Amino acid sequence: MLVNQFLILGAVLFCIGVYGVLARKNAVMVLMSIELILNSVNINLLAFDLMNGGLEGSVFALYIIGIAAAEVGVGLAMVLLIYRNKKSIALDELSEMKG
Amino acid sequence: MLASDIVVAQNVAFGIIAAVMVLFALRVVSSSNVVHAALSLVMVMAGAAALYILLAAEFVAVTQVLVYIGAVMVLFLFGVMLTRAKLGRDADLNNKNWAAGIPVALLLLGVMVYVLIDGLGDDKLDVTSGTAASTAAISDLIFSPYILPFWALSFVLLAAVIGAIVLARKD
Repeated sequence: MLVNQFLILGAVLFCIGVYGVLARKNAVMVLMSIELILNSVNINLLAFDLMNGGLEGSVFALYIIGIAAAEVGVGLAMVLLIYRNKKSIALDELSEMKG
Repeated sequence: MLASDIVVAQNVAFGIIAAVMVLFALRVVSSSNVVHAALSLVMVMAGAAALYILLAAEFVAVTQVLVYIGAVMVLFLFGVMLTRAKLGRDADLNNKNWAAGIPVALLLLGVMVYVLIDGLGDDKLDVTSGTAASTAAISDLIFSPYILPFWALSFVLLAAVIGAIVLARKD
């Protein structure tokens, strides 16, 4: 098998995730797209891991899984807070910071 | 290429898993039903876990199933529930200029695929003789050379737990 098979699959999933982050308005859907992006990175790390015969890729994939869990926890807490204050989680209505 | 270099079973498995993952990933970003999107994300995570087993990383695959499919998806479904998302079809999930995301994603994909084919054109991946990454070896790496990032990760998780409680509690 070619290492590119895995890397290109990772690239496709990454781009689908980027499209989701750009196109979605619902904050929970944006968080789901971010999970897609993190997963594609993990596939890349493990493919390089097998290619180079080490184990460092597995270690960092595990760290990424841990960071992703923390990110989802804090992200969803923020989404809940926004929902409680504004009764909506549409990201285009959050314009207080004039972004 | 020798006949023994062609690993038919692994290639067929990879093809099926990749097709399922891409299909369900497209459903995650295009579905107009929040719960369907979350369940499609489960399929993508499961496909990733299957790929990790194909890449001889069993421990990461098991962790993926436990953490992502077990914990993160429950969090997502709670998030959907607590923000009282419309169950069923919701036409208002996309930005009004969502179509601008398509050329951006396609351009990014084109650049990345070009760079990958240019840089790693025919580097082989030996999936048959890949020694199964033993969990003991991974733990040896985590707890001796990479102990510092492990501590940092522990603090990040602690801060995330406290932050999530502080943010989400009512008062």
